[in-house]
Amino acid sequence: MQVLSQQSDTYALAAPVLFYALAALVVISAWAIVLSHNIVRMSFYLMLTLGGAAGFYFFMNAELLAAIQLIVYVGGTLILIIFGIMLTSRNPFMQLRPATWEVFVGVGLGLVLAGALIAASVATTIDTSHEVVPADYSAVQRIGHALLTKYLVPFEVAGVLLLVVMIGAAYLARTRAETPR
Amino acid sequence: MYENPVFNIGLMHFLIVSALLAAAGIATMLTKRNAIGILIGVELVLNAAAINLVAFNRYAWPDTIDGQMFAVFIVVLAAAEAAVALAIFLNYYNIFSSIDVEKADELSG
Repeated sequence: MQVLSQQSDTYALAAPVLFYALAALVVISAWAIVLSHNIVRMSFYLMLTLGGAAGFYFFMNAELLAAIQLIVYVGGTLILIIFGIMLTSRNPFMQLRPATWEVFVGVGLGLVLAGALIAASVATTIDTSHEVVPADYSAVQRIGHALLTKYLVPFEVAGVLLLVVMIGAAYLARTRAETPR
Repeated sequence: MYENPVFNIGLMHFLIVSALLAAAGIATMLTKRNAIGILIGVELVLNAAAINLVAFNRYAWPDTIDGQMFAVFIVVLAAAEAAVALAIFLNYYNIFSSIDVEKADELSG
């Protein structure tokens, strides 16, 4: 009995510590993107933010989504962005600084939006009393089942969309040197 | 301690974090002159939306999977959007030798 209560106490402390560590990582690196002027550093901070979001998904028992986030977002989209940075700047440490008033207006509007959203979040009245996850909960099984039943059409449409995007992106980004003028 | 809202992590905590994340994304979109910086801001907003969806799924309707499904589709669409956007930026860079969005006013009268 003593051991059990100690375990649950440890868990009750571990969950908030983990959450606040991830939240600090996500929020600080996201606002570091806003305040940074170096595009390479911005992409590195974006990697930290995306990794923290993957940690949130693990925290919320969405382990398949966390794996997808790490593989597709951090391993795919972010690499694509870094490729874009390398291909579109003669100097990768090039800095395009916005005007000072633009920074103040942008950050000010962002803070106003954050305040409004936080006020709405704190006032939320959604019932979260039955938040207990069943012991045999498996997000992988549920997502796999939903993908082939309820979400079959969106799944297929997403596949067609990816094909269209692949062809379109390859067409848009092709080199022009070989085409006759 | 179990009843203290600071320690009992719930829906509200995730909503607050994703509100700060979405606001950072909007501020990034507003303050960057580099087109890829604006794309990074869009990615932040999409991630904030996905965290919200998963949090609602986990804490308000734990017997369904719809929130996680929408988050999966957000990841797919974000990858597609980034690919097309970067192809357009590459074209733009070939024409203007820069990706400063301030210079993208060729069609303006």
